[in-house]
Amino acid sequence: MDYAFEIHGLRKEYKGFTLKDVSFSLPQGFIMGLVGLNGAGKTTIIKLVLNLVRRNAGEVKVFGLDNLKAEAEIKSRIGFVHETPSFFEDISLKDIKAAVSLFYEKWDEKLFRSLIAEFGLPLEKKFKKLSHGMKMKFSLALALSHDADFLILDEPTSGLDPVFRRELLERLSGLMQNERKSVLFSTHITSDLERTADYITFIHRGELLFSLPKDEVRDQWGIVKGGKEILAESHRKLFKSLRETSYGVEALTSDISEARRVLNSGVVIDKASIEDIMIFMDKGEFHA
Amino acid sequence: MRIIISNSSPDPIYEQINRQIKAQIISGDLAEGEALPSIRKLAQELQISVITTKRAYDELEREGFINTVSGKGTYVAVQNQELLKEKKMKIVEEKLAEAVSEAKMLGIGIGQLKDMLLLLYKEVE
Repeated sequence: MDYAFEIHGLRKEYKGFTLKDVSFSLPQGFIMGLVGLNGAGKTTIIKLVLNLVRRNAGEVKVFGLDNLKAEAEIKSRIGFVHETPSFFEDISLKDIKAAVSLFYEKWDEKLFRSLIAEFGLPLEKKFKKLSHGMKMKFSLALALSHDADFLILDEPTSGLDPVFRRELLERLSGLMQNERKSVLFSTHITSDLERTADYITFIHRGELLFSLPKDEVRDQWGIVKGGKEILAESHRKLFKSLRETSYGVEALTSDISEARRVLNSGVVIDKASIEDIMIFMDKGEFHA
Repeated sequence: MRIIISNSSPDPIYEQINRQIKAQIISGDLAEGEALPSIRKLAQELQISVITTKRAYDELEREGFINTVSGKGTYVAVQNQELLKEKKMKIVEEKLAEAVSEAKMLGIGIGQLKDMLLLLYKEVE
């Protein structure tokens, strides 16, 4: 199988935060959602893939190539949107485009023009005059206009209204009609992922919690609800995290079928949404 | 082809797709040799993961309902008429088996069950 990217034992140490030896990969032709709370390490991973910061250990391959040795080639085939797009503030969109397009062999001016029209962007305006949403759209138009094989979007939907968010997601799945294209996007708006993403990678406090096809997450992770008897010592290893209320206990499990087997009637087992997993991992009482 | 996905259904999405396509093949709404959308097209239209549509198609192929010609597309398989009849019978058999076990549980005898069946058969157009 060909991979859009592969990460092995990636480590980055900052003061007060460490990305701890993370490994996962994205097969070519699929969309991966990178999720986790603010500060979990999503942006750090993206920066390391793009070689925007120096890693302490590990290996990153993009399109099967080492991301340090083949940096220029890799970057010409990547479209990147940063969560706070920044270009020279005092220059018009038209001039920014003129400068950016020089770097890409496969720049598609016609596509760029049609995106600009569709997004309603004023090319004569200076970048700093745009709202956050408009800056995001402009940045997206640039990223989509050079036939990139791999789109990396860091929180692309934050600051966008629901209608445009949906349009963006539809555009991404339209892009995926080409089996060579891949997308990695980080988000904490989990509803963006429940639909289109093929893979979900969950980062929690600098560590990889899981990286799985979305359907497997949906089939395996669940919320067990029952009385305090489910807290029995023998059951504890079933649970990743739990929450006690005055009326009972709710616990997060990563193995629904095992939970169904072990726990008798009297408990309810619901499927866990990605949002459930996020909230439980953050607020839960213990981590197994 | 007609597919409706329910997000509130307890059934996995691939199963919902699988069941609906199968029903349309058995009923003849999808004819033999008819082309199905590609897994990527279907995923886009339904706004779901490519992996989900692939899984649905893989199972339909394993069950002999569709064929994938690599590089060309996916088609409704030529249905063996005997097999198709068997599949139709099986669907009814499963439902009847359900009714029978329910009847046994409630202590309803075979005579009474037959009467019920005859009555219902006449009633339903």
